[in-house]
Amino acid sequence: MSALLASEVNVAQNVGFYIIAALMVYGALRVVSTRNVVHAALWLVVVLGGVAAQYILAAAEFVAVSQVMVYIGAVMVLFLFGIMLTRATIGAESDLNNRGWGIGIPVAALLLAVMVWAIIDEFGSSIIEEPAQPMPTTALSDVFLREGLVPFLALSFVLLAAAIGAIVLARKD
Amino acid sequence: MIAQLAVEIPYWGQSLLRVVGGLVAVLLPAGTIVYLFLFKMMSFMQSRLGPMEAGPFGSMQLFAEVGKWLQKEDIVPENADARIYKIAPIIVLVSTFLLVVVIPFGPDAWFTNFSAGVFYALAIGSVSVIGILVAGWSSANKYSLLGGLRAAGQLIAYELPMVLAVVGVVIQAGSMNLQDIVMAQNTGEIFGWSGIGFPFVLTQFVGFLIFMIAVQAELTQAPFDMPIAESELVSGYMTEYSGFRFLMFFIGEFATAGVFALIASVLFLGGWGIPFSWFGWETIDQVDNWMNIAGPLIMFTKMMVLTGIIMWVRFSYPRFREDQLQRFAWKVLIPLSLANIAVTAIVKVVV
Repeated sequence: MSALLASEVNVAQNVGFYIIAALMVYGALRVVSTRNVVHAALWLVVVLGGVAAQYILAAAEFVAVSQVMVYIGAVMVLFLFGIMLTRATIGAESDLNNRGWGIGIPVAALLLAVMVWAIIDEFGSSIIEEPAQPMPTTALSDVFLREGLVPFLALSFVLLAAAIGAIVLARKD
Repeated sequence: MIAQLAVEIPYWGQSLLRVVGGLVAVLLPAGTIVYLFLFKMMSFMQSRLGPMEAGPFGSMQLFAEVGKWLQKEDIVPENADARIYKIAPIIVLVSTFLLVVVIPFGPDAWFTNFSAGVFYALAIGSVSVIGILVAGWSSANKYSLLGGLRAAGQLIAYELPMVLAVVGVVIQAGSMNLQDIVMAQNTGEIFGWSGIGFPFVLTQFVGFLIFMIAVQAELTQAPFDMPIAESELVSGYMTEYSGFRFLMFFIGEFATAGVFALIASVLFLGGWGIPFSWFGWETIDQVDNWMNIAGPLIMFTKMMVLTGIIMWVRFSYPRFREDQLQRFAWKVLIPLSLANIAVTAIVKVVV
């Protein structure tokens, strides 16, 4: 494996990647270390926004926008909504950690190892061709409505089942 | 736009131009809306004069108000979560500025030509909810918290019909790029007659109605003003804010009204364009350069008409009750917009 030359990689993109990645790592650490649930949720917004920024760096506009729409616009808003409906204390809380928090560290380390191994195994030292322009949304939809149709429909059914399940659980009468 | 000026502008100059353009595109509509509709139209509808002292017909009133707000002390309640409390209005205002970025104002007068433009606008529009929620929470005030929760519940409910209403337009135009949507409307023909192009409001009238109702709710304008219901909650999530930070919420509210009206005019009323057949243009490259000047003016006119309707409704109707508001979104608007998508898709495939 020879060393990469500056002419072979997009330097600006790499610098941007590491800046955003550092912010994301810091945000992720603060999610688990902060002493206030709402602060944790807001740090999670920073992490998820960082993911969207990374997608933009990878020229995947549609995925980036979906990330903002689904995770920041919907999931995090529901998170905050739920937190504020139930426990909305301002300031530090003492009983945020439960007894099993130690298990999280090996699980996270294992997950990181698996993902790093998968990426290195797949791409190794190969340089991915830079796309001339961002992938048009129509090309994306062509993929998941042709080759990917069956998994796409299967995922839709899982989501539908979850939605119906939520209604059944929430209904009292 | 830059290329046609026949001068070479360096990158920093272009960026500066874009920033200034963005500020104008957000603040000018906001100021006009506040003066023309909030000060003058509301006064007219209530048989009074409105501001008359500052400048001719009170036209300088807005500057006086801004000056007043800037002088006021920036108060943070003692029990509040100070940092979050200070960030919240910035989140709301920044999401407005990010919205205007995708709107095309002319053949070359755009900030960014984004292939997933509509989707981006809808996604960024939903970010401001976070600002409103944390503003309500961090104020350490029961009224604020209640207002924030009401706002979040309402915005989540009305975001869905808004997205679904836009899908009809996207199906018809065959693109999510706002520039392509403008093109599709101005090069279109109605049974071979191209005199007025083909604004999508003709076929997507249901979608247009749903979109405008959802915009009204997203902006928390009456009759959807449960979150800031002044007779119950003082001023909802903005109760504790004063001075500059209140000004940010205030600008955010009316600037977002302007930006959403711009988006609606792009999606349904033909955007910056005039029917291309009038001047024998066929593609966007043939459009004359003067459209870069005329386009923003056309957009501004359409925006004023749409915000005029939004404000007219605001001044005319009493407030919805919370359960009516939720029922209206989930049981009327969402099924209606789903039916609209189904019909549009069937017609698109058949025709």
